[in-house]
Amino acid sequence: MSSAETTPNSEAKPGKLLTFRTSAWLGWMIESNWTDPFIFAIYSIIRPISTAAILIVMYLVIRGGDFGSADFVNLYIGNAFFILVGAAIQGVSFGILDDREHYRTLKYIYIAPVRVPVYLFGRSVASILVACFSVLITLGFGIIFLKMPIALAEVKWGLFAAAFVLGMAVMICLGLMLGSWTLIIKNNAWSLGESLGAGLLIFSGAVFPLSVLPVPLQWVGSALPISYWLTLIRRALVPGIGRAYPMYTNLSDQQLILILLGFTLVYAALAALIYKRFDFIARERGNIDMVSNY
Amino acid sequence: MFAVETEALGRIYKVKKTRKEAAHTLVALDNVNLSVNQGELFGLLGPNGAGKTTLIKVLTTLLAPSSGFAHVNGLDVARQPEEIRRQINMVSGGETSGYGLLTVRENLWMFTQFYGIPSRQANARIMELLKIVGLEDRANTKSSNLSTGLRQKMNIVRGFMTDPTVLFLDEPTLGLDVGAARDVRRFVRQWVDDDPTRTLLLTTHYMVEAEEMCDRVAIINQGKILACDTPQNLKQSLRSEGVYSLQVSALDEKDFEELKGIAGFRQGTLRQVESGAELELVLSDDSVLAGLLGFLTAKGSRITTLHKREASLEDVFISLVGKSMKDVENGAAD
Repeated sequence: MSSAETTPNSEAKPGKLLTFRTSAWLGWMIESNWTDPFIFAIYSIIRPISTAAILIVMYLVIRGGDFGSADFVNLYIGNAFFILVGAAIQGVSFGILDDREHYRTLKYIYIAPVRVPVYLFGRSVASILVACFSVLITLGFGIIFLKMPIALAEVKWGLFAAAFVLGMAVMICLGLMLGSWTLIIKNNAWSLGESLGAGLLIFSGAVFPLSVLPVPLQWVGSALPISYWLTLIRRALVPGIGRAYPMYTNLSDQQLILILLGFTLVYAALAALIYKRFDFIARERGNIDMVSNY
Repeated sequence: MFAVETEALGRIYKVKKTRKEAAHTLVALDNVNLSVNQGELFGLLGPNGAGKTTLIKVLTTLLAPSSGFAHVNGLDVARQPEEIRRQINMVSGGETSGYGLLTVRENLWMFTQFYGIPSRQANARIMELLKIVGLEDRANTKSSNLSTGLRQKMNIVRGFMTDPTVLFLDEPTLGLDVGAARDVRRFVRQWVDDDPTRTLLLTTHYMVEAEEMCDRVAIINQGKILACDTPQNLKQSLRSEGVYSLQVSALDEKDFEELKGIAGFRQGTLRQVESGAELELVLSDDSVLAGLLGFLTAKGSRITTLHKREASLEDVFISLVGKSMKDVENGAAD
């Protein structure tokens, strides 16, 4: 054995884009590599349809059908887009757990000259893309088989794009907050994302309007950007039906966008602060390369 | 400027209360003062639980110090972790880290990207290093299909391929077979010798590793640096004394404690073996042997072999700690 002649690399520093691209590639490899591409494609189609089917059966039992009603359309769209909430939040935060506990690589990522939040964001892209595909499949199933009144010509595309981008940004920030917390906890870290997802489902107006909740819980819902995001998505996709949904009826689309923008900025600042603080605590406690075996 | 420098460095772990034990603190590093020169291959020698890995974690910015200071290339580990990370890398031995679903080449390429190395240069470097560690025919094998030893080799390549100015190796040969460990040692030594701006700090509990490879060695136990010098100078410190290996027909712990009272006895260890007992003794000079022989005879113990030998780093450790490294490990949790 002899030493390799290598170019000294004493001031290595990748750009954020390279970090993002590489971690997105890693995320995709992890997301898709558990099976062969054919089975992965089938799974990606069957999973959202199965979720939609559960909703349909529940609605059928409770309301006796009528899939063209405004209530069901709003419920269906809220439920379809809620897939993205879990994917974005868990996608970002799960990278910490997966690398630390499963692959045991977090310490090596950590000592590399990368911005860990950028790495985590890149790592989540694959799960977000797969979730986007699930949303499309769910909506397509609704349009074709349930005759849902979503007409592409009537969709407010500008509003949809703005709401979608802001919503994804705010959820990624939430994911970073959750990931930061994950950095310092040993027990039950695996269930954090699921617990948060379940909480958000209740308080975000995804399956029922906030007005059915007791007033203090309505305040909780109004403090969550996802409530505004889902309202905007409904109003953009099915303008007439979405406007009739009993949430924030006194607010215009523009006002809702501004509120969502405000939330995004606040959550981004909070996520940066929380990451910095928890990163400090993790280094103080020696949590970065901890293996909890939970 | 030193490549690595610590000043009164301390690290305390707070252990939370459990059902079995009360809350307490654990001193992992205690007032550690070290200076490693640029271009040096520096070894930290100590038993498991001595504080070696904790020191590496502090220096690689994974763990914050509880007190004191630590600098890498003049940068403060507590205040300038991002600047330090551009200049260092680390490999931990005896673990199976890595993305098992990626091939060896993919695993390594991914990390080169995190260090901003252009793909073409990275791929060439990866193949060159894989060839050196004898893994080139496994480049396209998923790392989950590699044995622990081969995964360890992959991780060694990961550490070297970014060509850091300061490289930390934590027990790099743990889990490797004898031949592979020898190859890695030779490669590590060559890597440092090839470029005077490279510095390497390795931890080990293998005496031979520290003795063969390192320019200087610090002996660490219970978080304290007990001695720091070249392996030769450390051994020289015992030159005025005599180091003896004895095999006797029988000797129990109680008698051994009594033996320690003989004038001129410095340090020693006792190990029970099938044929009797083995003693490793450091005595002030040869004249102490007379008293020792008298003592053993009085105890009814017969000497099977008596051998005076050159001092080793193990003897240095025994003279400093009063126990062999193995005895310390058996009595100390990591």
